[in-house]
Amino acid sequence: MYDIDKLKDIACQVRRDLLRMIHGSASGHPGGSLGCTDLLTALYFSAMNHHPEKFEMEGKNQDLFFLSNGHISAAWYSVLARSGYFPVKELGTFRIMGTRLQGHPTPAEHLEGIRIASGSLGQGLSVAIGNAISKKLNGDNSTVYCLMGDGEIQEGQVWEAAMFAPHNKIDNLIAIVDNNGKQIDGPTDQVLSLGDLPAKWKSFGWDVLEMNGNDMDEVVGTLKVAKNRLNNKKPVVIIMKTEMGMGVDFMMGTHKWHGNAPNAEQLEKALSQIPETLGDY
Amino acid sequence: MKKYIAVDEKDTRSGFGAGLFELGQTNQQVVALCADLIGSLKMDAFVKEFPDRFIQVGIAEANMIGLAAGLAIGGKIPFTGTFANFSTGRVYDQIRQAVAYSNKNVKICASHAGLTLGEDGATHQIMEDLGLMKMLPNMTVINTADYNQTRLATLEIAKYNGPVYLRFGRPVVPNFTNPNSGFEIGKAVTYEEGTDVTIIATGHMLWKALEAWDILHEKNIHAEIINLHTIKPLDEKAVLSSVLKTGCVVTAEEHLRNGGLGDSIAQLLALRNPAPVEMVAVDDKFGESGKPEELLVKYHIDTPDIVEAAIRAISRKKG
Repeated sequence: MYDIDKLKDIACQVRRDLLRMIHGSASGHPGGSLGCTDLLTALYFSAMNHHPEKFEMEGKNQDLFFLSNGHISAAWYSVLARSGYFPVKELGTFRIMGTRLQGHPTPAEHLEGIRIASGSLGQGLSVAIGNAISKKLNGDNSTVYCLMGDGEIQEGQVWEAAMFAPHNKIDNLIAIVDNNGKQIDGPTDQVLSLGDLPAKWKSFGWDVLEMNGNDMDEVVGTLKVAKNRLNNKKPVVIIMKTEMGMGVDFMMGTHKWHGNAPNAEQLEKALSQIPETLGDY
Repeated sequence: MKKYIAVDEKDTRSGFGAGLFELGQTNQQVVALCADLIGSLKMDAFVKEFPDRFIQVGIAEANMIGLAAGLAIGGKIPFTGTFANFSTGRVYDQIRQAVAYSNKNVKICASHAGLTLGEDGATHQIMEDLGLMKMLPNMTVINTADYNQTRLATLEIAKYNGPVYLRFGRPVVPNFTNPNSGFEIGKAVTYEEGTDVTIIATGHMLWKALEAWDILHEKNIHAEIINLHTIKPLDEKAVLSSVLKTGCVVTAEEHLRNGGLGDSIAQLLALRNPAPVEMVAVDDKFGESGKPEELLVKYHIDTPDIVEAAIRAISRKKG
């Protein structure tokens, strides 16, 4: 188990990795990736019981994570590599033809750690619930996690799944909504208001928690609280407030960096704000 | 004297229900999901006997496909059940990403396909589903002919590891295939050998093709009747070797001409051995309310249409 300072160091390196990866292929989604880095780090290096050294699809007796907002793949790939699923140097192939690190995650390239394709939004929660049911049927007491974007939950399928899980008492599942308030075309409040998210999920029957997703102490603590709330006939959802572009001053406070790659000058400026803690790939 | 006379009549969907129930007894990994159509899909027996392995998803088909993919990751063999329209068109992107591209062991089982759904009309009569599904890489596409074949196919797809689309229908139709013949995915079945024309039929159209054989036989036309229950992967060898013998083809399906079985056969022949092809399929239009048999006549996918197509195909042969 890593202490908070170590987790912060890892998150720092992940931010460097993902920026360098996106710059390397001149494409990708830095904004949401930077915002969700602390959560992904806390999940893989603190909260989850998993075995990176020998990946197998079923993940029996392991906690599984499903990334529904697949466009933040750069952050996830870095966390997977840094936790030992595949060689860190492979991060340099991100989005380049022939890579296993496709633009959006897929099991088709047999990249260790990936169990389902995502990118077309709104599907991951359903997959996570299905997997949570299979764990129950298999007598496996592990936990299933699912991360979604806030813009993503404008998709109707999310609410089909949100209705299903409490009705069926899926209480081995922790869903997380990255509430950064921004999407491609602008603030969510302008594109399509999400309303009172905690109230919405609560009214669907979920046990709702809230946290600041960019405060490592709070993330680690809330994930522990969430785990303790399981096995209580309700699924748990964490509404996670984050800052899109977190860690890079000129990428914060705007939706402009949702899907744009930094050029060489911008990369240098960004990396100057994020120390190299574990060694670049 | 007619060779093909229906002695038993059943709906294909009941074959699915029977097969699913048997799987429930024999394979602990089989899980069934349904989107509020248990009775229509004939899943009642499975639901009653194996409630722990049945998931009622409500009217939420997109969620059902995602659930199935997640169950498959956990080692389960999920069978989803709803009408063909809601099994394909409504959830195409979910199937594309979470099942086909992700190559999950999900069995998408679809009833009420095609015109023979009848009175509910065009909103429910999907005739594009074979095309939609066959275009997806990794997807196996099966369209069964009767109760016996549907039951056997249901049992067989549980043994195959990969995405499958299994299409069947609503009406009671002749039940004539051998219940003990087994079912081999991707393997065509020859019902009659002939030298003048190859008639390739799938789904409910197989019986119509056999009726056409009787009529052609009386006209001294020797038709070869092949049942292609598996649209994809296509049994290319069976098709090519038959056409080598007969020199022309008629395809018969309860589907649009665009994207269906005939389209696959025409593509194969154009690339490998060009020969006249006539397609008994629905033109580029939606269906409508009516009795199944009336609709087959109106939309020109009935027995006489197969007979006429065979005569046209033969007349187009060179030499």
